[in-house]
Amino acid sequence: MRAFFDSDLWWSFTRSPVTVISAVTAIVCIAGAVFAPWLAPHNPFDLASLQLLDAFKPPAWSAQGDPTYLLGTDDQGRDVLSAIMYGARVSLLVGFAAVAFSTLLGVTLGLLAGYLGGKVDALLMRIADIQLTFPGILVALLVDGIVRAALPRDVHDQIAVFVVIFAIGISNWPQFARTVRGSTLVERNKEYVQAARVIGLSPARIMVSHVLPNVMSPVLVIATLSLGFAILAEATLSFLGVGVPPTQPSLGTLIRIGNDFLFSGEWWITIFPGVALIVMVLSVNLLGDWLRDALNPKLR
Amino acid sequence: MSLLQVRNLRVEFPTRRGTLVALDDVSFDIAPGEVLGVVGESGAGKSMTGAAIIGLLEPPGRIAGGEILLEGRRIDNLPYERMRRIRGREIGAIFQDPLTTLNPLYTVGRQLVETMLTHLPIGPAEARERAIGWLEMVGIPAARERIDSYPHEFSGGMRQRVVIALALCAEPKLIVADEPTTALDVSIQAQVIALLKRLAREKGTAMMLVTHDMGVIAETADRVAVMYAGRIAEIGPVREVVKRANHPYSQGLMASIPPLDRRVERLAQIEGAMPRLSAIPKGCAYNPRCPRVFDRCRRERPDLMPAGATLAACWLYAPASGEGHAP
Amino acid sequence: MRPMIETQDLVRHFDVSRPLIQRLLAREGRRTLRAVDGVSFDIPKGSTLSLVGESGCGKSTVARLVVGLYAPTRGRVLFDGQDLGTARADRRQRSRMQMIFQDPYASLNPRWRVEDIIAEPIRAFGLVEGRAAQRERVGALLTQVGLSALDGRKYPHEFSGGQRQRISIARALSSNPEFLVCDEPTSALDVSVQAQILNLMKELQARLGLTYLFISHNLAVVRQVSDRVGVMYLGRLVELAPAETLFTTPRHPYTRALMEAIPDLEMTGRTRIPVGGEVPSPISPPSGCAFHPRCPLANARCRAEAPAMRPAGEAQVACHAVEEGRSAA
Repeated sequence: MRAFFDSDLWWSFTRSPVTVISAVTAIVCIAGAVFAPWLAPHNPFDLASLQLLDAFKPPAWSAQGDPTYLLGTDDQGRDVLSAIMYGARVSLLVGFAAVAFSTLLGVTLGLLAGYLGGKVDALLMRIADIQLTFPGILVALLVDGIVRAALPRDVHDQIAVFVVIFAIGISNWPQFARTVRGSTLVERNKEYVQAARVIGLSPARIMVSHVLPNVMSPVLVIATLSLGFAILAEATLSFLGVGVPPTQPSLGTLIRIGNDFLFSGEWWITIFPGVALIVMVLSVNLLGDWLRDALNPKLR
Repeated sequence: MSLLQVRNLRVEFPTRRGTLVALDDVSFDIAPGEVLGVVGESGAGKSMTGAAIIGLLEPPGRIAGGEILLEGRRIDNLPYERMRRIRGREIGAIFQDPLTTLNPLYTVGRQLVETMLTHLPIGPAEARERAIGWLEMVGIPAARERIDSYPHEFSGGMRQRVVIALALCAEPKLIVADEPTTALDVSIQAQVIALLKRLAREKGTAMMLVTHDMGVIAETADRVAVMYAGRIAEIGPVREVVKRANHPYSQGLMASIPPLDRRVERLAQIEGAMPRLSAIPKGCAYNPRCPRVFDRCRRERPDLMPAGATLAACWLYAPASGEGHAP
Repeated sequence: MRPMIETQDLVRHFDVSRPLIQRLLAREGRRTLRAVDGVSFDIPKGSTLSLVGESGCGKSTVARLVVGLYAPTRGRVLFDGQDLGTARADRRQRSRMQMIFQDPYASLNPRWRVEDIIAEPIRAFGLVEGRAAQRERVGALLTQVGLSALDGRKYPHEFSGGQRQRISIARALSSNPEFLVCDEPTSALDVSVQAQILNLMKELQARLGLTYLFISHNLAVVRQVSDRVGVMYLGRLVELAPAETLFTTPRHPYTRALMEAIPDLEMTGRTRIPVGGEVPSPISPPSGCAFHPRCPLANARCRAEAPAMRPAGEAQVACHAVEEGRSAA
């Protein structure tokens, strides 16, 4: 641990105020989401505690505001702040899981393509190229649509979160695969890999123990930047009504629901989840940008 | 008067762990028409000396002390634009990798012509004629036809000739050549060395030749500076330094070169490695590796002092020193 | 006694064609780079054969063919009398050969501790069982190459170029090999460090009875380490001779040109006549003898007919001029 605080990475981190602020913001967002059941002032899903009388309360600081509802309430009297915290939980869960899935898939396929070369490489990279010609969100929509059509409705609702994770994850793997393939091509020809081949180690072992650790820095950067993309993609899907089920509203769902009231003056129901989404994605992306610069030896 | 004077040059690199001194108290002169060879192991500061002279130190490196004078005028403190004009007109630079010097988007002829038009009072037609002349001079066959080729259409050795022509075409008074032959095969290297030697002789151009190859120095240089850990360890006429070096480091360096004309069972070697800039020993930087080290070397840092026919930074040659004795 | 290594008419081509679509658009055929084009030699056990030549002559490709990093296009390699492919399928045979590389910065995995780098062959071949015993063996290897046993805990970036090359040598020695392929092991090092490494390699050879295939472009270095020397030009051997013979009486015009080109440290003041021209592309080598466009002795036969290796004194030389006695030295 001391080694970490002594490292160049930590040093460059402390020298960038924007990065420090982003990191603090991201940690606050994640903590707020993860510990929502303990931190949130209300439980928006506890039907017993909902009061329809409390519906459409504006934020606490406005004239008709109620101090127990800091950011106001929605059409069913749910506390917007609490809904955001619970919603961010879903958004982050989907985001992290989708990134983990696309990292795993992309890194594996990229390693195989780069190290084995030849037909494997040509096939995998053509698939990646073709997929990259479609916007990621379109691929996610397509996957979601296929699963929705193939499965009965109640089964689908049960596994809806996993479908969204899979859909977003699959739409993002080519980025990882192409980067890892590129780095692998460089590492494969380095002499330490040749030394391992002279010993007669199997390609699988060389890929995992020699090449993989040396291609991971860019992966870390892309994973961080992809987290922002994945959270946004989930929000988009939910906003379009094809994401997670409304029983587990994510930030995107909240924005969609609130959108209906935007023109009748109840702006807070949609604006605050929107702001939360922007702050979360922005802080994660700024962290990713910093990581990219800090790990790029050319920019040092 | 000397064409180039470097006086007590000090170059520092500020890092987060403190300031590294990359060059310390480096002083030497180059006369018109003279070739000064600068040798030393990687990290000794020889390339950095060249970069400081042409004003192309890589940031965060900076000149922290001393001065550089070209024909008596200081050039180390000039603004970037002024220095850029001096570079090219009065100082030409040749680097190890020709591809970093040539612009891949322009023909070699255009690059030569533009350089001349910028620096010389001549018109485009004459510049083109001269460009062809330069290409012929550096040994490019069919120069009149090839002048409109792009850099990638030349082979490595030919490209390095083009770079030399480009460095010379504005007729600078000084050339700083940093490992000009290192990327080349021996047969091409021999051609390029012969070319540089001829040009220095015919045009009276002074040259600072930075290389780790003692053979190249022995063939080309008039005087040699041996650098170690950011300082000059010894400087003197080439024959003296190569054959009768006085500083124990130069002696070790020369002895460790494998001979071509005989097989020796065990090569002379210098133990250990050159210290990192962050851990330069107290006293003489060479003292932990020196076979003739004594007390004073660990305490005090020696400056250049007369030693035989050269100047050496070594306490063995301290006048009236009771501790050492010259060989 | 059987030679450690024997190569028989070794050929390796590389396909450097552009991708199919571009090839069709530009209406060009496949392009083949003849990196190695018929090379035969053997290395007696306990001796050193060096291959010298300029970049692109195929010497590094031969090195990689001999340890099985490349498969030959034609011809074959015998390792201690056994076909290399068969030998490499057998773990015990494989552990008898190792390689040392040129770039001390790229040849050690930057993410591994030195002790793990050196222990890798030991573990892969199952030579020493148990962590403690392995660590002891690694310590002994580090000491053997002039480092401290405590250095095993460090990472490669904490060492200088020369020290890293020592680590590479320790890794190569860890499987108790008999045959080492050394691909330009000192050309990235400073001259004083080069002397350290060359001395170390000679000591180890004397102590352990190693056989070396030594690849270098530096003739002076080659003279110090070799028993026999092969000179390569554009994928072929042009001269193969005992080291002393080659350096005292070089026969092939290219060998002479190479020696002539080396800067003279003795400062005898003799003027050298450097050989003109450059090495042609191995994609479209010249007809006949590949050296003929640069050769002062070339005639019509040299332009038409590729010379074969023929004995000339203790040497073997591939040159029509030498064979016909046109090369009055």
